[in-house]
Amino acid sequence: MSTMTLTREDAWEIAAAVPDPEVPVLTIEDLGVLRSVRIVDEHAEVVITPTYSGCPAMDTIRDDVILALTAAGFDDVRVSITLSPAWTTDWMTEDGKRKLERYGIAPPARRAQGAGPIPLQLGVKCPRCGSLYTREVAHFGSTSCKALYECRSCLEPFDHFKAH
Amino acid sequence: MIDEDIHGDVTVDALELAEELTGAAGADADPEVAAYALRLGDDNLILSQQLGEWIARAPELEEDVALGNIALDLLGHARSLLHYAGSADGRSEDDLAYWRDEPEFRCAWLFEQPNGDFAHTIARQLVAAVYLYELYGRLEASTDPTLAAISAKAVKEVEYHRDHAVQWTLRLAGGTDESRRRMTRAIDDIWPYVDELFRDDELTVSLAARGAAVSPSILRAPFDAVIAAVFHEIGIGVPDVKSSSAGGRQGKHTAHLGFILAEMQVLARRHPGAVW
Repeated sequence: MSTMTLTREDAWEIAAAVPDPEVPVLTIEDLGVLRSVRIVDEHAEVVITPTYSGCPAMDTIRDDVILALTAAGFDDVRVSITLSPAWTTDWMTEDGKRKLERYGIAPPARRAQGAGPIPLQLGVKCPRCGSLYTREVAHFGSTSCKALYECRSCLEPFDHFKAH
Repeated sequence: MIDEDIHGDVTVDALELAEELTGAAGADADPEVAAYALRLGDDNLILSQQLGEWIARAPELEEDVALGNIALDLLGHARSLLHYAGSADGRSEDDLAYWRDEPEFRCAWLFEQPNGDFAHTIARQLVAAVYLYELYGRLEASTDPTLAAISAKAVKEVEYHRDHAVQWTLRLAGGTDESRRRMTRAIDDIWPYVDELFRDDELTVSLAARGAAVSPSILRAPFDAVIAAVFHEIGIGVPDVKSSSAGGRQGKHTAHLGFILAEMQVLARRHPGAVW
């Protein structure tokens, strides 16, 4: 199959639809993990960035991107990984944040710009009952990007996607 | 017509890295930068390996998760640094992790000190995280684009590690008589290994002169300031102990490193080329 009829926009849309293996309700575009897509001499060149340095999902994401683009007709797909600029939750799309909340994970707040070294963490809203009467149980959670919270109104535990 | 392979040629090199991770414009690390990256990579690798031993044995479930998360971040930093160090002479991160013996490792002695009890692990984490935070915060301005990129990412993660270690130091020191006794003893036991982190040598002087590395000695004052604030909070002074003779940066190590490497390397050496 020829890639002549497939454009960069096609490649972006296909790569963008790949779900995150650990938070499958989000795509890698929602997360801000997909950084760029180029077509060079009929090769699709995709650049992704890890959320955290040790993120074990990178290999799976790379393979999933290759599979998706190959299935769509790209003959030669190259995925590279970049660390710079460092990923931040500010790259998460608004749509992604809404999906996250519906999924039961409290989305990250926007990181304060130029507000000094102490991040101001406002109340984290319980994704189940909407209460702001919540507390952090542990700063580290089931994956690097999450912290464990509990709601003191409905008593449910929940994950919070940390602003990073 | 020959049957066309519908999948064509799919390039799946093991973690093909973008330009700034393989050096500016695809260049490899020069030998000096590689030697420096090897030191930092080994610090991270050995600390990560040791923290991993706590998984399923930490004092509480949340702590199991926390130490596992921290170990994973450190392993990520180690992989980036060792990958870059190996680019100078064609070795992979796995070659460096699994196929070097003790005298070829360049970690400082702090990182190879045993886990001990939980207080000892926290004391070691306190020193390590405060030091690494100050280091990466400056190394992100390195003239070497790869070291700068790795550091800019790592500093955000190490900030959590520092917070974790400080919170536990305060809690253990301000808890019961027993937890305070153990925390204080752990700090005394770990302190001889602090000085080595801040020693300049020929390599760091040369690299710092061209802005590629941070002189270890300039990190001492900011490190001391953070530690003083923590110790003030818990009402203890900086331990009055003699420094270790050190030598990790030259490949001289304490006996502990051999046991760590034996466990870390046995699988790769017994089954060369094994993959998941």
